[in-house]
Amino acid sequence: MHELAVAQALVEQVDAVMGQHQARHDHDASSSDAWRATAIRVRIGPLAGVVPELLATAFPLAAAGRRMEHAALEFTHAPIQVRCQTCGAETEAAMNRLLCGACGDWHTQVISGDDLLLESVELETTPS
Amino acid sequence: MCDTCGCNLTPGNKHLAFKPVAKGATAVSVLKGLLAKNDDQAGHNREHFDRRGILAINLMSSPGSGKTALLEATLVALKDEFTCAVIEGDLETENDAERIRAKGVQAHQIVTGTACHLDAHLVHDALHHMTLEGVDLLFIENVGNLVCPASFDLGQHLNVTLLSVTEGDDKPAKYPVMFRAADAMLLTKTDLLAVLDDFDPDKAETHLRNLANPAPVMRLSARKDMGMDAWLTWLREQLTAQRARVAIGQSRRPAIQSDGMKYHKATA
Repeated sequence: MHELAVAQALVEQVDAVMGQHQARHDHDASSSDAWRATAIRVRIGPLAGVVPELLATAFPLAAAGRRMEHAALEFTHAPIQVRCQTCGAETEAAMNRLLCGACGDWHTQVISGDDLLLESVELETTPS
Repeated sequence: MCDTCGCNLTPGNKHLAFKPVAKGATAVSVLKGLLAKNDDQAGHNREHFDRRGILAINLMSSPGSGKTALLEATLVALKDEFTCAVIEGDLETENDAERIRAKGVQAHQIVTGTACHLDAHLVHDALHHMTLEGVDLLFIENVGNLVCPASFDLGQHLNVTLLSVTEGDDKPAKYPVMFRAADAMLLTKTDLLAVLDDFDPDKAETHLRNLANPAPVMRLSARKDMGMDAWLTWLREQLTAQRARVAIGQSRRPAIQSDGMKYHKATA
């Protein structure tokens, strides 16, 4: 269950993003509206070693009492793609068979599918 | 590149970042590795190692595949050549660190409690309890687990993954995230191959290649002192390579993480 550790890292990052956003807005306008996160989008590839369903279970535990606790956690699927160093083809591959789909060579490089990214955070103001 | 002004957006990933949102709402794009905090700490650990010319190796495997036995034999074989140090990770007990200390080598035990893996912060805390001056080789024995440790950079230069012949030879196919991250795969307890008819070392190697991993595969038995020379030679070569990197101010991350990240930055 290292997903809990990942969820805690996610909460810290979202918190930092919200802090930066708030700081910028406090500069721009005189308003002191409070921002809250409505949606958090993460991109997880199968090769990242993190199970989205388990992360979704762990997230409310990690976010309890924090300002993103009511945000919806959304996942972007990142299919596994490899680029062949022999023939140059870019093909989809299975998690435990990262061979070139065109020529079958194993000298490939994963170009998608090992992602573990915080993509975006959607924020909304709640007038204070 | 930074994560605040949007300059990490490229034509390739822009579609991920912007999407229309309701009035009064804002979407902040981040596109930052989820484990960025761990990775920053890992980078810091690596700087500690590089500054002292230390080669740090992360040993990963199932529980009971012989990581500590391998270390015991390795430390004895290298004791006149290099100064080694060991960080042990286990859920409980000081047992493994005591086995290492019995060989006259500095060891620090990290007791993770319930955590199933080491992370960069745990390793950093451990480094504060150790004397790194004069150390050539630092082995980090991760928690026995073929799943979680693969996702956390500790600041090591190399990942070594053990597969004992009492396990299935299809372990690399079953745990691709772990075996894809290996810079070397060791088939251990090979003295038992004679009495096991269901483990084919060639098949294990084929499963590793199916993960597009070119890592060397070494077959050995630490207990029976079989095949240890190839492993010790590999360690010597890797330490020489690390010293050459340090001399020109370079470092190395375990193969997968570095390649993947570089590639994503260049083309994503």
